[in-house]
Amino acid sequence: MEDKIKKVSIVISKGGLDGVYPGLIMANGARMEGIEANLFFTFFGLDAITTKRMGKIKIATVGNPGMHMPSLLGILPGFSAFATSMMLKTMDKIDIPPVPEFIEMVADAGCRLYACKATVDMFKLKKEDFAPQVDSIINVGKFYEISAGGQIIFT
Amino acid sequence: MPQKQYGAVNVNVDEEGFLTDFSQWTREVASAIAKDEGIAELTPAHWKVIEYMQKEFKEGGQVPSIRKLNKSGVISTKELYDLFPGGPAKKAAKIAGMKKPEGCV
Repeated sequence: MEDKIKKVSIVISKGGLDGVYPGLIMANGARMEGIEANLFFTFFGLDAITTKRMGKIKIATVGNPGMHMPSLLGILPGFSAFATSMMLKTMDKIDIPPVPEFIEMVADAGCRLYACKATVDMFKLKKEDFAPQVDSIINVGKFYEISAGGQIIFT
Repeated sequence: MPQKQYGAVNVNVDEEGFLTDFSQWTREVASAIAKDEGIAELTPAHWKVIEYMQKEFKEGGQVPSIRKLNKSGVISTKELYDLFPGGPAKKAAKIAGMKKPEGCV
């Protein structure tokens, strides 16, 4: 039998629900299997841990071929909010929590959360702008140091 | 079907050691599975989780998720990970004599 995976470091680089959830589910799932997990949020992925934004993350209804509908419909006012609320309701039923609760859950599960220094500087953010579960703001070098000995997954 | 002997009882299990027949479960079996999983002794806190999971399982046929355990006020996610180190949902379900949880969260 192959050696079991012992450690993963997951990069969440995209915003929007479809950008944020896969990484959160994979990190949480790792902890459920007893695998050590780190989450590194960069670029628009940072929205998931930014206090002001984490509760307002939506699904993109324009320019998203995965929505299976014409983009023209997606530009209707309120459409993205509507699609998001439908999706969140469905997810809640299968016990996938909204983003703020999910961040709390993965952190409680023992996953460590980090924000990318370059993005933080670019968006002029501060440590106080992030959810309390965020461990620290780190650069790429530190990310590799933390990830040593494990697998790195980019989403 | 594979069997496993815990003390004086033989139980039917799947290939990962989860009980396939809940009626064969006893508290003694639970303690023995727990030992196999690295939990030396089941404390009242462990039993509270096990009993809640069994109640939910009997009522809905589903192994409750970690989120549900947390939201129901039975046990916080942090405490659950402390009580069942290295895979709380799976381990607790196994000790409680239930099938392996199927969900992703």
